[in-house]
Amino acid sequence: MIDDQLATGTSPIHGLDARCRLAACLLLSVVAALAQNQQTALVILAAGLLLTALSGASFGAVLRRAAAINVFILFLWLFVPLSTPGVPLWQGFGLTISRQGVSLAWLVTLKANAVFFCVLSLLATIPAPALGRAMTALGVPAKFSFLFVFTYRYLHVIAEEYDRLVTAARLRGFVPATDGRTYRTYAALVAMVLVRSYDRSQRVYQAMLLRGFTGLFPCLNRFRAGRRDMLFLLAAGAVAGLAAFLEVRARSGNV
Amino acid sequence: MHISEGVLSGPVLAGGWALAAVGTTLGLKRLDYDRLMTVAILSAAFFVGSLIHVPIGPVSAHLILNGLLGAILGLAAFPAICVALLLQAVLFQYGGLVVLGVNTFDMAFPAVACSLIFGPWLRSTGTMRTVGAFCCGFFAVLLAALLTAGALALSGEAFMTTATAIFLAHLPIMAVEGVITAMAVGFLAKVRPELLAIRLAG
Repeated sequence: MIDDQLATGTSPIHGLDARCRLAACLLLSVVAALAQNQQTALVILAAGLLLTALSGASFGAVLRRAAAINVFILFLWLFVPLSTPGVPLWQGFGLTISRQGVSLAWLVTLKANAVFFCVLSLLATIPAPALGRAMTALGVPAKFSFLFVFTYRYLHVIAEEYDRLVTAARLRGFVPATDGRTYRTYAALVAMVLVRSYDRSQRVYQAMLLRGFTGLFPCLNRFRAGRRDMLFLLAAGAVAGLAAFLEVRARSGNV
Repeated sequence: MHISEGVLSGPVLAGGWALAAVGTTLGLKRLDYDRLMTVAILSAAFFVGSLIHVPIGPVSAHLILNGLLGAILGLAAFPAICVALLLQAVLFQYGGLVVLGVNTFDMAFPAVACSLIFGPWLRSTGTMRTVGAFCCGFFAVLLAALLTAGALALSGEAFMTTATAIFLAHLPIMAVEGVITAMAVGFLAKVRPELLAIRLAG
């Protein structure tokens, strides 16, 4: 149900310091998200594609994920070209597709995919426990990182619990349809997953107290940023800087 | 209900982050370490719950369950939803880090608001409980759809039609969420009533 094969690997990206990857991802995403011209988005997209290629992610997995996020973008393409006022590009059936609408939809597509490839190559390649520590190192509250790490830790356990309940329902001849019975069954499934999760959380917490948990995790695997990590961060900064420069130049040219 | 990265304008993204940060900080402040574990595992349970696809006529929609989450977690719904959305970004690349603030606020604020308004009904008995639970599920999705549509509409006139379409598409989901929340609360009240009474934060 949930796979995180990207988080493990031996690529040059996986070898980088998690804090540097998180910071670089944030930097590139912010520049891409605020972009209003295509060149800026294209620079970040190119960086994201390069990083994804370096991360050694399998082509199939990247394609499947890209398809999933582009569904929403496709949905935008249905409406935005029609609802943006501007120079008409095509008219018919009482509808007008405007040039501005098409270029806006194209810009959004570029931006969304630029951020997608950055997140895929830089964020998804960090194992969740390391991401939790990297977030704390970059100033996110420790409680939040704790919550993140443990939600991830129990995600697979709870998903298995849910799968078991679904199997049990199916064995008893449950076939989903649009009726009260289906909804009652799903409601019971959800509620049962909650009950079991709650009970499990009590047991886990007691077990942790028993082992002397005080809210801190002693960790042997310390972060160490070397020259390679610094170079990477500098390069990411340079790309973000170049994109930002293109953006500023384009905007001042428009005014 | 996600807005993908790259759609919203700068001020909307910044505003979303500011509101989500306030909510998340408040939620975390009310939580001490002996409740964090429960919130983390329930947050995982809701993440799994949101992968359930329920048939509605010829199509199917996934559950959102933010109403039920708010009813059980109270203000802790903010950090719980933020964590769940961050995990979706890490595991599936749905949404990214920049749009996380807006998406968190869009889902968590309705959860908390509904638990404040309908919580007392939900914790009573009989028909009152069913009505309260239905309202929690229904209005949490209604408000979330309104906020999502609002974020889109504020980002530019061009997204107005998309915003309206998103809101209309969520109308049947609201009804289904209301019904499922009401039934799930009924089930919990029978099987494990203390789960409805814990109100982890606030």
